[in-house]
Amino acid sequence: MGRTLSEQILSQAAGRAVQAGDFVVVAPHVVMSHDSLTPSIIQILRSELGKERVHNPQQLVFVFDHVVPAATVGTANAQKTVRRFAAEQGIRLFEGGCGICHQVLVEEGIAQPGQIVIGADSHSTSYGAVGAFGTGMGSTDVALAWATGRTWLRVPETLRVDITGRFPPFTDAKDLALKLGRLLTISGANYMTIEYHGLEWLELGGRQTLASMAVELGAKAGIVPPDGLPRQYAVPHWLKVEEGARYARRLEVDLADLQPQVALPHAVDRVVDVDAAAGTKVDVVFLGTCTNGRLSDLQTAAALLRGRRVAAGVRLIVTPASSRVLAQAAADGTLQTLLEAGAALTTPGCGMCMGRHQGTLGEGEVCLSTANRNFRGRMGDPTSHIYLASPAVAAASALTGVITDPRSL
Amino acid sequence: MARVWKFGSDVDTDQIVPGRYAPYMRPDADVGEAAFIEARPEFAKTAQPGDVIIALHNFGCGSSREYAVEALRRRQVGAIIALGFARIFYRNALNLGIPLYESPEIVHALEDGDAVRLDVAGGTLERLSGTGGVFALPQLPEFARQILQAGGIVPYVRRYGRFPGEEG
Repeated sequence: MGRTLSEQILSQAAGRAVQAGDFVVVAPHVVMSHDSLTPSIIQILRSELGKERVHNPQQLVFVFDHVVPAATVGTANAQKTVRRFAAEQGIRLFEGGCGICHQVLVEEGIAQPGQIVIGADSHSTSYGAVGAFGTGMGSTDVALAWATGRTWLRVPETLRVDITGRFPPFTDAKDLALKLGRLLTISGANYMTIEYHGLEWLELGGRQTLASMAVELGAKAGIVPPDGLPRQYAVPHWLKVEEGARYARRLEVDLADLQPQVALPHAVDRVVDVDAAAGTKVDVVFLGTCTNGRLSDLQTAAALLRGRRVAAGVRLIVTPASSRVLAQAAADGTLQTLLEAGAALTTPGCGMCMGRHQGTLGEGEVCLSTANRNFRGRMGDPTSHIYLASPAVAAASALTGVITDPRSL
Repeated sequence: MARVWKFGSDVDTDQIVPGRYAPYMRPDADVGEAAFIEARPEFAKTAQPGDVIIALHNFGCGSSREYAVEALRRRQVGAIIALGFARIFYRNALNLGIPLYESPEIVHALEDGDAVRLDVAGGTLERLSGTGGVFALPQLPEFARQILQAGGIVPYVRRYGRFPGEEG
């Protein structure tokens, strides 16, 4: 009998053959946490688990991305605590400005195919882009992993998506991710891994977009089979799609008729073709996040914005996913194009995604965002509205001031 | 006597505690005071220890923020009963020792504001208002029952010296 990718990865780590439904205790290859929660995990380690030291500092990685640079005395002090802890224990720390944790771990090659990566962040499903089993956990689970070097998991069932065709012009992986939300709903993959088949041609950034949004359908992990990855990702010989693997559900999606998609407030599965949302006035356009802050996303937006200006009354806020993305965008002229169009540039990181800084929304404001969540009040005042879409829809909407089909420009 | 707070489907953790109210952002505040502060301010102001949350599908979806569960623990929520839970929330709630059940019977029978008496040890929920009635709390999966009985995952690991599913 064949095995799913999750069964392969978790069997390898557990040292025995396991299948969906089994419980395993494994040593994750990487345990990631960011500035927003690491202070609370340190506190749990010390006060609840009574430990001063982590089991294996090599497993851990800290990334400052949620509020960078610090915006308040409280966040500054919390970051100081984490810096000191990391130095004392010999833990790798990526400072504010390096980028979003999920982007940094992929860029640096810290997340690798066949690994288990747990993160104190729900978008840790992102590591499935490189064929890792990535999953998000709460602070207490992560503190236990620090203390013991291990964690426990139930081996998930798998939902297999078979994708055929290629993206029509002005659509990309974000439209596919939103379309999957529309087809499967916000809980359609609850407790499962999503495997995305038929994408060996898709570049890494698109894979990251898809895998980051697996959690938005409730998934525990979202894995793209590791065919066609750049060479810095070493695929172990035992990790490959096996015939006869058992899937809890299968879904086929043909890209041929994919339209630009828009998620309406306040749920990621309230998705429509762009026509149905077109004309909605926007105050802010946000280009960034672990879902859409990469160079290809910035380039897509720049191609539409080149030689034009953002509409009067609209703020375009661009937050590159990492300093490396920012440097590349500066080197190839993308950044110049965005700035000449009127974009405001912020420090690489999570930016305004959680409404904490760098563009928090006020009462009744409308934001067209390339992020992954449009929950009520997520980016600011609870009366504000968030629409989710691709970088192309974002750029087109920034130019007109209303939600706009990029094919119409 | 406890009160029922009834919610709909897909209540996300941003509704339970908005990210702007995270302990990281407000280190001197009690996160318990932020429970449903914007989505249901009446809960934030008046929920009492032992009150019961009832919800439809997919309660606790979205962000993995454990402080959403921590806020409910600080308010001493007696139990959460729903048609279903989002994965990370379910695990976080068990980890912090909040009993949670999937029971269509209870969810459909009870209304917001109902007065109830919850007996987790005895496995019952009694409605004291309206038409009354005693409902059985469903059996939890064995691993979940053991974690809750220990009072959460930290006391569980301390008591058994191992994780759920690990050979003893």
